[in-house]
Amino acid sequence: MRRGRLWAWIVFILGAAYFLLPLIATIQFSLSIRRGTLSLDAYTNVLQSPDFQQTLVYSFLVGIGAIVVGLLLVVPAAYFVRLRAPQLRPIIEFVTLLPLIIPPIILVFGYIRMYSSSSILPLTNSNIGTNILLTLAYVALALPYMYRAVDTGLRTIDVQTLTEAANILGANTITIMARVIFPNIIVAVLSGAFLTLAIVIGEFTIASLLNRPAFGVYMQNVGANRAFEPAALAVISFVITWAAMGMIQLLARFAPRTAALTD
Amino acid sequence: MSSSTDTANSGGAASVQTGAAPLRSPFAMFSGMRWADVVGVTPFLLFALLFLVVPTFYLVVSAFIGHDGSFTFQNIIDLGTPTIISSFWISIRISVASAALGVVFGLLIALAVIRGRLPSSLRSTLMTFSGVASNFAGIPLAFAFLATLGRLGLITALFKLFGFDIYRAGFNILSFWGLTITYCYFQIPLMILIIAPAIDGLRREWTEAAATLGASTFQFWRYVGLPILWPNLLGTLSLLFANAFGAIATAYALTGSSLNIVPIVLYAQIRGDVLNNPGLGAALALGMIVITAFANIIYLVIRTRAERWLK
Repeated sequence: MRRGRLWAWIVFILGAAYFLLPLIATIQFSLSIRRGTLSLDAYTNVLQSPDFQQTLVYSFLVGIGAIVVGLLLVVPAAYFVRLRAPQLRPIIEFVTLLPLIIPPIILVFGYIRMYSSSSILPLTNSNIGTNILLTLAYVALALPYMYRAVDTGLRTIDVQTLTEAANILGANTITIMARVIFPNIIVAVLSGAFLTLAIVIGEFTIASLLNRPAFGVYMQNVGANRAFEPAALAVISFVITWAAMGMIQLLARFAPRTAALTD
Repeated sequence: MSSSTDTANSGGAASVQTGAAPLRSPFAMFSGMRWADVVGVTPFLLFALLFLVVPTFYLVVSAFIGHDGSFTFQNIIDLGTPTIISSFWISIRISVASAALGVVFGLLIALAVIRGRLPSSLRSTLMTFSGVASNFAGIPLAFAFLATLGRLGLITALFKLFGFDIYRAGFNILSFWGLTITYCYFQIPLMILIIAPAIDGLRREWTEAAATLGASTFQFWRYVGLPILWPNLLGTLSLLFANAFGAIATAYALTGSSLNIVPIVLYAQIRGDVLNNPGLGAALALGMIVITAFANIIYLVIRTRAERWLK
């Protein structure tokens, strides 16, 4: 099998070159704002810019909002589908695929048409309304990942028994979900949350068309006007994405390993 | 199926086979559910209706409505301008090329790491990296490739050191190939993430059985490996196609509006909607919906078929 190993190494090294070279190039570019010497000035310019801080905080808050709203929608739906309404599963799963089928630009175009000033629900009329619309758009984007994460979490616990046990102890449905089911799937929920954050934090299309001061829009602005700062931004957002995905990996180690139900 | 057996079945929860039974009335689906179940599922379905289904449907309908509010095909006919046709054509070419390259190289890399007897630590590194890279799309990806293959990029500069100017040779990051190479940065990792479980599904016994029967490595892949992976490859191809077709942020940050792919034309149309023809925007959207939906349906159909083999 020596020959087999050789081709595998060649493919792997070529692949690694394709994926690592842009990262190296970006880091190198971000450091070369001063002619002839390496400096971190591009990073200090970016990090000290009030726009950077404000838009990053804004996108972060919208992301958190989308995660909370998403969980409030997804956890009860996934719980009841698993507990008593499996006949709804095909519908729910189809719905969670929709955001993958409909491109974001189509989604936001539809929102602009439907929720504009002359409609029944004129969300784009006010700042708050548009912020809510952006949050809901991100809920829609995150729906497939959120649902899958929660459903995977539910699969690893015995929903039936836990529910019955809690029922016998006198808990009502809301208590069961909040204090029995949710704590048991918190690891899965968190990994869905971090994935959502990774997707949402640099999102451009929807935020830009809704005229929101989001991080993605800010990055696009910098890209159109500066030379070296964009590279620094690319490195920063790569680190953010990596951190979010790293958290998911880390969380996977804490996931419960007692698979109660397999299906 | 009567509603009483329905109730009895759904009590058994997870083991019930769904979807197979023909539903007699639209409400049969909800039988056996308690009040709390309906309350629990309703917000989710309501959200999906208001923020996924209806907005899309609304666009589809308005593509067929003219200035005067009556039914018309004029908006669709208006798509026939050279600019719009060429934008669809370049979008389709970029999406096909980046999807095909993504499938081929993603498969090769996944095969190398999973079946090429490389150290197993490489595999987990690759999977983690793929998770990151497949989400590293949008604006920052454009910046990274400008720093790599732009006029002042590292690779461009390296080639120049050896006396070869890729820009003078006809390459441009703001072109079909430039965008295709950039898109591969998220297409290949997505392919790796999707195909890795399928490659794991190729059992060792099959390789051994083929070898026992005297098959060469080539024959194994030609008659066993690839036919089994084939539905997965085709399915992922259409998924990657849709993925590239709907993407806008990377192209927008990379090329501004110098490369008119469909999403960028639509973006410009939405921005200037007040001045231009609103029906035309909707018709453009309809075109995109039809193409991505078609690609995704192929993916879903093939995936359900492929899953049968990989249990």
